[in-house]
Amino acid sequence: MNCCEKHPMNPWNHDVAKDEKDLVDVQVDGVWMQMPRGLNVVEVAHRAKKFIPHYCYHPKLSVVGNCRMCLFEMGTPKMGPDRKPILGADGKPEIAWMPRPQIGCATNITPGMGIRTDSALVKDCRNGVMEFLLINHPLDCPICDQAGECKLQEYSVEYGTGASRFVENKVKKPKNVDLGERIVLDDERCILCSRCIRFSSEVMKDDVLGFVNRGSHSTLTAYPGKSFDNAYSLNTADICPVGALTSKDFRFQMRVWFLKETKSLCASCGTGCNITIGSREGKVHRLTPRENESVNSQWMCDFGRLNFHDLESKNRLDRPLLKAAGQQFPATWTNAIQRAADTLKKVKPDEIAVVASGRLTNEELFVLKRLLGELGVTRVDTVMNPGQADNFLRSGDGNPNSRGAELLGLSSGGRKLGAWGGEIASGKIKALLVLGGEDLVAAGIPADSLAKLEVLIFSGILSNATSQLAQVVLPGAAFAEKTGSMVNVHGRLQRMTRAIPAPGEAREDWMILRDLRIALTGGNSLHSVEDVWKSMAGEVAQFSGLSWAKIGDLGIQLESAPKIREEVSA
Amino acid sequence: MTTKRRLLLPSASEALMAYKEHRLIFKNIDAPGYTRDLTCYQKHGGYEILKKGLAMGGPAIREEVKKSQLRGRGGAGFPTGTKWGFIDPAKVTKPIYLICNADESEPGTFKDRQIIYKDPHQLIEGMILSCFANGVKLAYLYIRCEFTEGWRILETALAEAKGAGFLGKNILNSGYDLEIHVHRGAGAYICGEETGLIESLEGKRAYPRIKPPYFPAVLGLYMCPTIVNNVETLCHVKHIIEMGGEAYAKIGRPNNTGTRLICVSGDVVRPGYYEFPCGALTLGELIQHVCGGIRNGNRLKAVIPGGSSAKVLKAGEVYKIKEAGVDGKLVEKEVKLEDLRLDFDTLAAAGSMAGSGGVIVMDHTRDMVECLANISTFYAHESCGQCTPCREGVLWLKKILSRIAEGHGRDDDPSLLKEVADRIAGRTICAFGEAASWPVQSFLGKFRDEFAQRIRRNGNAAKKDFVSLTH
Repeated sequence: MNCCEKHPMNPWNHDVAKDEKDLVDVQVDGVWMQMPRGLNVVEVAHRAKKFIPHYCYHPKLSVVGNCRMCLFEMGTPKMGPDRKPILGADGKPEIAWMPRPQIGCATNITPGMGIRTDSALVKDCRNGVMEFLLINHPLDCPICDQAGECKLQEYSVEYGTGASRFVENKVKKPKNVDLGERIVLDDERCILCSRCIRFSSEVMKDDVLGFVNRGSHSTLTAYPGKSFDNAYSLNTADICPVGALTSKDFRFQMRVWFLKETKSLCASCGTGCNITIGSREGKVHRLTPRENESVNSQWMCDFGRLNFHDLESKNRLDRPLLKAAGQQFPATWTNAIQRAADTLKKVKPDEIAVVASGRLTNEELFVLKRLLGELGVTRVDTVMNPGQADNFLRSGDGNPNSRGAELLGLSSGGRKLGAWGGEIASGKIKALLVLGGEDLVAAGIPADSLAKLEVLIFSGILSNATSQLAQVVLPGAAFAEKTGSMVNVHGRLQRMTRAIPAPGEAREDWMILRDLRIALTGGNSLHSVEDVWKSMAGEVAQFSGLSWAKIGDLGIQLESAPKIREEVSA
Repeated sequence: MTTKRRLLLPSASEALMAYKEHRLIFKNIDAPGYTRDLTCYQKHGGYEILKKGLAMGGPAIREEVKKSQLRGRGGAGFPTGTKWGFIDPAKVTKPIYLICNADESEPGTFKDRQIIYKDPHQLIEGMILSCFANGVKLAYLYIRCEFTEGWRILETALAEAKGAGFLGKNILNSGYDLEIHVHRGAGAYICGEETGLIESLEGKRAYPRIKPPYFPAVLGLYMCPTIVNNVETLCHVKHIIEMGGEAYAKIGRPNNTGTRLICVSGDVVRPGYYEFPCGALTLGELIQHVCGGIRNGNRLKAVIPGGSSAKVLKAGEVYKIKEAGVDGKLVEKEVKLEDLRLDFDTLAAAGSMAGSGGVIVMDHTRDMVECLANISTFYAHESCGQCTPCREGVLWLKKILSRIAEGHGRDDDPSLLKEVADRIAGRTICAFGEAASWPVQSFLGKFRDEFAQRIRRNGNAAKKDFVSLTH
């Protein structure tokens, strides 16, 4: 299960209406409209295509109302002597406006409420808060990692004055504070919104952050002797509206406005957290969670977030290799595919075993399925890669697409694989095609057994004990380098999108399998990965009628698999 | 006496009659031979009212308090009966808590400590009555940490009361149980704000809570209905039960009933604490006759009538105040500063407030720039730092004022101060924003010349000193 009672993914869901059909009349900037009862004014304005700026308010965290940026002018219906609203010429209630501004985050709408999001008073409130927030701020945007996605910057442009009237000495606070393994804090940039404190205590149940000192000297810090390094700590760098909390991994690597953003999936476990890949010129610089209430809400684990450095590992396979005289040498794709096909043709189909992989996309697996069908190979399975389940987002399944492999009939959950060691030793299996970079030595098949094979073909992104034994090594693409779809452990079909090209001569795995298929059986009608999907949707019952457009950015729950949201509420 | 126009020179006997204190709460305080122990308290009729109250029953007590029109003495002047009325003990299923706010920290206020130090049993009796009236089984006495001796006194007094059967299980065989715990603050002004106090009592930082909920009566301590009353307010409850709500309401003036403890500090001959019926006295009478006038024969310059956060009143000001005439109709009158009645409504109408009863008198030798810088230093030190306008703005005010006081004022400082204060007041989580802004707004509004003069005196050269390179 994705979440348990102890760790509900979101203790608060201010952006979700209890009942979308229970509507009340409200007036937003002079226009009457209907909005779901119980929503707060920030959310109502958002739905009304207005914007109320805010720092401390976060829809998934408790409301503290401390930044005062969301102040708005509120009105209630004027009541007549009969305790009924007085109606104006338009038949709508006349509104009595309160002289004091109210905070939008903590104010839930009531019938007949008037909301002004851009009156002179509201503008003055925002202007004031902006000025206050900046007087003691170091204004070090040129060297701040948040620049470009900083709410202080954005709102300064929208609501600030442009110049400061502050001529006093600024308050000095700690800088470059090592909060934990992955997070650095600059207290002078901190606007004390307490989002990180609330995330840590409310979502992670790790009450390690807090404020010390008073007034303008208030300082964010970790509890003495404790360090802020829970498995989800980097989410605080995301929700920090300013440059106070930054990721040690990403800081100083790349200006965010240079990053190309690609909507994709995290492939580090079976949960399939929705992510945005930030890349530039063929290099991934960071992964950030992308909101999907059915999967990961707005969070992702630190492990998955930082698990992209393999893309640039020195062990990365970036060109095909062929073994000759006991050594692997670089080769062209034509030669490598030809060699793979030739060697496979020499053995009988029932002497071939194929390690499909829960790391491959449905499309790749589907091309493989076709190939195996045409060859008549039936010995196929996947390697189980256990993950570290944590009752929150991380799944016990380390493969991102185990369900897809099962659905396509290419996995028995590792049961068949268990016997292969013996079958290789006894000569029943003469050829082994290893996909998805699986390391069979680590999976329990001894290296000397693998060395006995007549044919060992390996495809993956990193070299390992298995790849080093292979006669043919076909370099594949990592998650950020390919397009396709996957099914997560809860049965949700989701799309993965290529952000960068694979390095060197490495190729997307569906192309490798397509080329191998052409070389082996001559058959091909698949010219693009979209073609693969279309063919698959025609053949696989669970995908029938679905298109990539229908899957969309947030995926689709396949039938007969429970939805996560239901699990959470249960 | 209140309706008659005061003579310029009252005769000695009239003065004696008119300015004699009406001591209810301070009745025994400072009386010769009166001690704070239980024996002495009981000798003076102590805990007899508790017996009366227990016999009356809770609803009857609440009714008397409502009839008395008692208004809270902590600063806001909210009607106590109404506050209690938010909770119906018969219907509430959660525990109801009562907290006595003894975090008296408003500069210029030193009334509650007299009660705590000199007559603690009066407070405890008032508290037990209030708890009984509202079905409270567990009450807290939140005392500021600086009252170290007061804390010990209260602990001793509570032990005495418990030993005598006034606290604990089955109080005086009535079947009613009550425990009172004393909790010490850790030295923060904001702990006197009732929701900040509740947070502090729960063991957290004293960050005032956002509204709604508007009253702790809805969700207070541990998210249960909670009544927070000031020390003086709780003592008044005892006297209301003693004399009955209607009789009590006859003291003072309509809507401003009962007696009021007044703390006078500053440039008067006899500063100190006094008790008068609400509105029985004008500001001039208080200063001239009760406190013996301005000291050293100086002239009155300004008065802060309700603790340092109240807006300052300037000598020579005339206020337009609406008052009910003989026929009950509201008539607008022009009233001089000296003729302002010391009650909630009059001071509010004059643009200030009765607040916590701390009257600070300033004579003509006082430098208003220094005074305001002093006040702002206090608020900058005490801002809790939770919400932006107060956290950043109040320290900014202090820095500007200190700079002016140190001789580095700039021409646009007065208008900047006003604008900063205007952007704090009304936009913060709690009333601290107003408490810190009102002095600035009122001092600048009424003594702007003095600020301008100070800045001019220091010359334009000062401007160059403070051009910041960071902007």
